[in-house]
Parts: sequence; structure tokens; C-alpha cells
Amino acid sequence: MARGPVKDKKPGESGKEDAIEVMATVIEPLPNAMFRVELENKHQVLAHISGKMRKNFIRILPGDRVAVELSPYDLTRGRIVYRYK
Amino acid sequence: MVICKSPAELEKMHRAGLIVWGALEKMRTMIKPGITTKDLDEFAEAYTVEHKARPAFKGYRGYPGSVCTSINQEVVHGIPSASRKLREGDILSMDFGVELDGYFGDAALTVPVGKISPEREKLLKVTRESLERAIENVRAGNRLGDVSAAVQQWVEKNGFSIVREFVGHGIGTRMHEEPQIPNYGTAGHGQKLQEGMVLAIEPMVNRGGPGVKILADEWTAVTTDGSDSAHFEHTVAVTANGPWILTRPRDASGPVW
Repeated sequence: MARGPVKDKKPGESGKEDAIEVMATVIEPLPNAMFRVELENKHQVLAHISGKMRKNFIRILPGDRVAVELSPYDLTRGRIVYRYK
Repeated sequence: MVICKSPAELEKMHRAGLIVWGALEKMRTMIKPGITTKDLDEFAEAYTVEHKARPAFKGYRGYPGSVCTSINQEVVHGIPSASRKLREGDILSMDFGVELDGYFGDAALTVPVGKISPEREKLLKVTRESLERAIENVRAGNRLGDVSAAVQQWVEKNGFSIVREFVGHGIGTRMHEEPQIPNYGTAGHGQKLQEGMVLAIEPMVNRGGPGVKILADEWTAVTTDGSDSAHFEHTVAVTANGPWILTRPRDASGPVW
């Protein structure tokens, strides 16, 4: 029995695309590369640093403005994906 | 993760494969205008039970039959039915799988019903040959892309098209395992083949365009442009001495189907 139907695989497409990206400011560092960040709407969220940033040795300090990806399944957790200058 | 099987496990898979082969070879001789696809389905099921195995398709994700019988523009997963009679000139794909002692075998072939047109002959020949070429590439050290590209290049060179939505698959203690084996690809890409890997390679080839759609029965896949489609499949193991077709006797020779 053939396996399928499968969606055509295109190289360069990432897996899930339903994350919500927001700007935030880092409030305080927590253990294990986790940070408490405050979103523009004053909500505070627990965020961890993304693997890409770890790989490239990008440091994050309190007060940095960062982009955070929030999962639609849990809006209190996020992933820090970019640090703005 | 692709599971590699030990020689003992390959032997078990070969036993399952032989039942699939035996049933399909017998069904081949039963093909003539007037018989129904349900007749073939019932035979296959009885044959399997006689050989102390279990038809693998029945109940798999809700599939109602033991074989998939796909006629002309049906690509794969045609459901056997007592109201579907074979007619002279049709081409019929039969896809069959069994489970024996915890291991699966899966194979398929497309056969003519009576006398068929030269175009249909060519479609069958090219599809079967694409499977042969794919199997040639099943060697330790080669990559999956070599297998996929072999199918794609031969088929497209002959003016036919490759179905994208359905793929071959790894097989072992489950019918569908990793990896997915598309019938299109780039040589030199993809996972490296290792001894003990078992692949169910199944080129699905359309005479016209590559598009397929699924009918309201949620199973039967047909070509969007109504052109004919052929399907051949074998379960092949990667061994140190090259490909071992588990769904065929060891001493068999000649074309793979």
C-alpha cells in the first residue's frame, strides 16, 4: 500500500508557521537561558533563547529589545529569536 | 529513524514476502474479462489465511479490503467491489500486503485484462522497468535519491509523469516505516542506504499529467486528467551483495514482475 497523500516537500520551508512574533523587552534573566520578558501589551512571558542565538553566541541582557515567537497553544511561553540593536 | 533488520529478521520478512508473491502470481492467472475485483480480494484473503498469515491492508486506517484493485485511471487504493467487473482492454493494478509472524511484506503489479492497446503496453513496460532500475540502485552506500532519481529519469524520458502525492516507504514490523521513498528526486541526495534497511519501492506512473485526487470514498486515488496509471512494487532489502527482493523467490530470474 502506497504511503500518502503526502504534501510535496519543498526545501527551505520550515515546519510549523503558526507562531506569533512580537516585540518585547527583557526584564530579568532566569536560570537555564530563560528570561522574563515584557510584551508591548504589558503582559509578562517566560521565554527561552533560541538555538540559533546560542549557536552564534549572542548574549541577551535585561533591557534588550527582542523579538519573541509565541506559540498559539500557550501564550505565556515564548522563544527569543532576535535581539535588536 | 530507519530501522535496520538482522539477517534473521530479513528471513522472516522474506517468508511474508513469498506469501504476497504467491498470491499475486495466482491472481495474475485469474485475470480475465468478467471477473470482479471482489473475486480477487476474496481469493487473496483466503490464500493468506491458508498460509497462516494475515492480510495487512484490511482494517489498516479503516481500509475495507485485503487488496487494492485500481483500474485504468485509478492510481492506487481502489476498493474491491462486486459491482466492478473487469473488461477487455483494461489495465488492473493489484497491491497486496501481508503480516506473518510480526513482519510485513508489500508488493504490487499492473496487469492487462485480455488484449490492451500499445499505449497501455508501453505504460506497463516503462513502469515495470522503472522499478527494475530503482532496485538496481538499492545498494549499501548509495543514497535514497539515487533510487528516486532512477525512477523519475526513466519515466520522464519515456514521456510519462510521476505521481507526487504517494510514495514508497520503509517496511518491517509495521507496514509503513521511515523513510519515505518518493519516485522523484535528485541522485546523490537523501539518506545513505545501509545493510538491513528494507524498502517498499513503488513507482506510480501516469500516462498524462502527474496530478491525482482522492474520490469521495476517501481512498481511491485517480488521475486528475483521466489518463491511465500503472503501479509496480516490491519489498527490497539492502544487503552486502546488493538488493534482495523479499517479495520474490531467491532463485527467480527475468523481469521483476
